[in-house]
Amino acid sequence: MEKLSPHAEEILESLWIATVEEDEVGCLLSDLDLGDEDAALNELVRLAYVETRADRLYLRKEGRPEAEMTVRRHRLAERLMMDILDIQGEKGNDQACEFEHLLHEGVDTKICTLLNHPITCPHGKPIPPGPCCEEARKKGEPGVVPLTELKAGQSGEIAYLAISDAQKMQKLMSMGVLPGNRLVLVQRFPSYVFKVGHSQFAVDDVLAREIHIRDER
Amino acid sequence: MHEESQNPRIVLVGNPNVGKSVLFNVLTGSYTMVSNYPGTSVEVSSGRCRIEGRSYEVLDTPGMYSLMPITEEERVARKILLTDRPDVLLHVVDARNIERMLPMTLQLIEAGLPVILVVNILDEAERLGMHFDLAQLQKNLGIPVVGTVMKRRQGLDELQQAIAACKEPTASFEPYAVDLETDIARLASLLTGDYPLGTRATAILLMQKDAEVEEMVRAEEGDGFPLIAPVLREIQFARRADLNLQISLERKRMTRKMLDGALQQDEDEHPSFGEMLSRWAMSPISGVPILLLVLYFGLYQFVGNFGAGTLVDFLEGVLFEKYINPAVIGFLHNLTDIYWLRELLAGEYGLWTLGVRYAIALVLPIVGTFFLIFSLLEDTGYFPRLAMLVDRLFKQIGLSGRAVIPMVLGFGCDTMATMVTRTLETRRERVIATVLLALAIPCSAQLGVILGLLSIVPGALMVWLVVMIGIFLLIGFLSARVLPGENPVFYMEIPPMRLPQLRNVMVKTLTRMQSYFLEILPLFLIASIILWAGKMSGVLDLVVKGMTPVVTAIGLPPDASAAFIFGFFRRDFGAAGLYDLQTAGLLNPAQLTVAAVTLTLFVPCIAQFLMMKKERGLKTSLLIFVFVSVLAFATGWALNTFLLATGILS
Repeated sequence: MEKLSPHAEEILESLWIATVEEDEVGCLLSDLDLGDEDAALNELVRLAYVETRADRLYLRKEGRPEAEMTVRRHRLAERLMMDILDIQGEKGNDQACEFEHLLHEGVDTKICTLLNHPITCPHGKPIPPGPCCEEARKKGEPGVVPLTELKAGQSGEIAYLAISDAQKMQKLMSMGVLPGNRLVLVQRFPSYVFKVGHSQFAVDDVLAREIHIRDER
Repeated sequence: MHEESQNPRIVLVGNPNVGKSVLFNVLTGSYTMVSNYPGTSVEVSSGRCRIEGRSYEVLDTPGMYSLMPITEEERVARKILLTDRPDVLLHVVDARNIERMLPMTLQLIEAGLPVILVVNILDEAERLGMHFDLAQLQKNLGIPVVGTVMKRRQGLDELQQAIAACKEPTASFEPYAVDLETDIARLASLLTGDYPLGTRATAILLMQKDAEVEEMVRAEEGDGFPLIAPVLREIQFARRADLNLQISLERKRMTRKMLDGALQQDEDEHPSFGEMLSRWAMSPISGVPILLLVLYFGLYQFVGNFGAGTLVDFLEGVLFEKYINPAVIGFLHNLTDIYWLRELLAGEYGLWTLGVRYAIALVLPIVGTFFLIFSLLEDTGYFPRLAMLVDRLFKQIGLSGRAVIPMVLGFGCDTMATMVTRTLETRRERVIATVLLALAIPCSAQLGVILGLLSIVPGALMVWLVVMIGIFLLIGFLSARVLPGENPVFYMEIPPMRLPQLRNVMVKTLTRMQSYFLEILPLFLIASIILWAGKMSGVLDLVVKGMTPVVTAIGLPPDASAAFIFGFFRRDFGAAGLYDLQTAGLLNPAQLTVAAVTLTLFVPCIAQFLMMKKERGLKTSLLIFVFVSVLAFATGWALNTFLLATGILS
């Protein structure tokens, strides 16, 4: 399969988000800042991934899998930037935008596995699962998910704490929030409330995202 | 000769909320604040006791979670261990959570301290289906273990026997994994000084990058430190990724081993009524109605209607007006016929008429009823639940759920609340909380009078409430965006809900009322003197005249200026001044509402300003002062314009 240009990938990405996640019918060309004779656009039309009617751009069925994978690569890149490399905010976003275009030929699979098949991006949007995620699920590998992914009443073992602030981490550990301990999520809103042993704790979503649970579903 | 200092010393340590303070009180017979809110007892209390004819000095320390301090309270607690060398160290744990508290016991044993483990709250643990074999635990740990229910003084005799029999500890501790032990031994062997925690525990804390311990070692080793530093840095670097985690996990493993055969847990667990109530308080669906009920019955009915209505009517209207005032004023008038002295004692702004009467008849009943409700709620453990409920909202105004305590306390006394803001984690959060307290949180004395005033006019209370909430959220929202810094992160332990202990609640209420009263009475008297001097010299008239253009600009009669001037001496003075205007029929409904809004927002009282200066510094507090004054009158002006234009309330 021929490799798309970065610009073409970005068009696919925006189109997929608009069509699949925001339930819109295609995208206005002007919204994507595209003229009629855009090279990247022509590239996509030639592959029959998209089609233009009047001044709207539509995602074709043929383009969906590829589009989904571009979104997946972008969101994996965001996870990598923000969780592992700790590049936050605008800078993290910009770096992720650059980086996503390098995630081809199995690099995305490697990164997805490294990140333990994450299911949401740092902004909370779902990451479309790749073949590696399906495979891991089939093998029955217990997934490790942030506390934010658990439903109220669910429980699991604390896998690890990815808390950037060493003192907060120390504090949680000294309160018994330790890898290997069983945790029951009592409540998700307005704050996360969980039980470890006979003690209850409340944390906000920032901390909840950093407590990782071995999911026993 | 030096019997004082030769008394052996008992030190109490442990997590917050394990009953340390109760144990302290039972041992010494004296009272300290017992609180169900994590980490409020910042101060260290000391007392004395006699056991088997021997005198002991007893120290209660703030709650700490481990030997490695993170918060200010923990630092204070550890400092005592580092400097005081206790003769007996009581580690108090909550039996229900013994598994997460034993790691600290292990740390204390490791440090070679003379530890006695006090397993408290045994009754509730047994209700949860936990069965202890404390003799086995004592054998496993190698230190004395006593089971207690301190609330009911169960186990006190055994504890006293254990204290009397306490000996020098024989060093025996569980080893960590081999690699860790190698590093500990390597570092410990380099330490030549005399350390209160022993070389082993000191070495471990050094490896964990405990800055205070490193300072201590640097001072103790002197010229030897340069030899230690490279080894220390090497170990720290090699273990940079996961030392704390590894140590925590190792201690967890040891804890399991210690509890082996000493603890059995029944499987099935029925949620108790307390637990049900706790869930209701935390769920947004039932939590918000519960909060409204608490506000309505606690604040509006009990403090507002009963405290500010019934009690004030009785004290002010009946007791003072009918019986005390005529007698006292008559007596004072007979005392002297010098005009200025008469005025000073019993005139319009006299020490008696203004100072004492306001303080006792108007303010004390209101503040007293508020503190009663506050202490009651605090004792049940409601506040941590409220904190988690409002955290999301508070994040929008740059605060975390933790700030709910100073905010609620502000409804009692803003000065006390401003002091409590120091428990907030970041400077940014402390500044925002201080601004909001100065601006939009009326203290109970002011609130009582304002609620009383506004309830006369239908709709006025609603307008006032909407403006207050709006300003609170708006200013919070804006300052969260203007002030630099990150939003605070929220985490909090939620202690179990408990039935409040009557004695606790009463003592806490009385302690708070006493400190409030001692603080305000002098201020009331000083305010009286200043106002009297102002009146006699004519300065007061000038200041009131100076205020008049501002006051008339927001549509109020010139006489209202006095209320604003008084307002600075005590917030409630101002409100009470309005009360006089209202009874004299000088205010129409719209004016009354504008006056109440402006006065609530207007500068904090002098005591609160002094506290702000102490906590935040002169520059910041002056800025807040100017900001609040300008905003108060601007809001008053806008509200007046709005009310006139729309004809609401007219």
